[in-house]
Amino acid sequence: MSETKQCATLVINNPQGLHMRPAYLFAEMAAKYASRVEVIKDDIRIDGKSVLSILTLGAAQGTEVALEVTGPDAPDALSALVQLVSAGFPSEKDSESEVGT
Amino acid sequence: MKFCNFVKSDAIKVDLIAKDKESVIRELVGSLTASGQLKSDEQENIIQAILKREELGSTGIGRGIAVPHTKHPSVTEPIGTIGISPDGVEFQSLDGEKVQLFFMLISPPDRPGDHLRALENISKQLQDDVFCRFLKQSKTAEDVKQILEEADNNQFVS
Repeated sequence: MSETKQCATLVINNPQGLHMRPAYLFAEMAAKYASRVEVIKDDIRIDGKSVLSILTLGAAQGTEVALEVTGPDAPDALSALVQLVSAGFPSEKDSESEVGT
Repeated sequence: MKFCNFVKSDAIKVDLIAKDKESVIRELVGSLTASGQLKSDEQENIIQAILKREELGSTGIGRGIAVPHTKHPSVTEPIGTIGISPDGVEFQSLDGEKVQLFFMLISPPDRPGDHLRALENISKQLQDDVFCRFLKQSKTAEDVKQILEEADNNQFVS
């Protein structure tokens, strides 16, 4: 299977930033794919399949991050992750106003 | 945000008696209330908010660690504490393992940046196996305080 590398730059746009729930949703989505997923913020590069690693970015609303996806299903993985972040982590929205995550 | 800016050392519990998820949350919120960090008339409401957050997905992130948390309007700054259960508690963690080490965090809803910075610090330190092992082995609140101080002085993570 061919190794392809796909990149994208994104801005975190949900008001609460990449706190635990969106970090979990991101890692969960990334884990569905065989490709390696890396998130880069400034000079920090972390494993996008690890909730703990994503939290170390402390990425608030407005933070720019780069995604680098490498592997056989890289195009699909990148597209799914970009959609998740761009949509502001839709499945956390209902809960956020009520409980805060 | 350093541990000393949000971890309330008077509320640290190194010998949690709770044996299940809800009891751990009750014990740690109770400890924060008893040490004067939370208003007693808000205690039940905060417990329910943390439990509700757990229903969305366990904050047990694996390796025997959980970070039960919520945002709550009754606090004006991030309030945290640490609990240790030597035997471990079933917490529906991502890796299915019991949890020995709890970082509880209650943040004001209108300061998402502070909440993120507290989580950032917790997650950075928790990536260090030595830090986690030392904490899990702590026998007194004083031990925990000392480890947190060392972490605040960057002695675990470069």
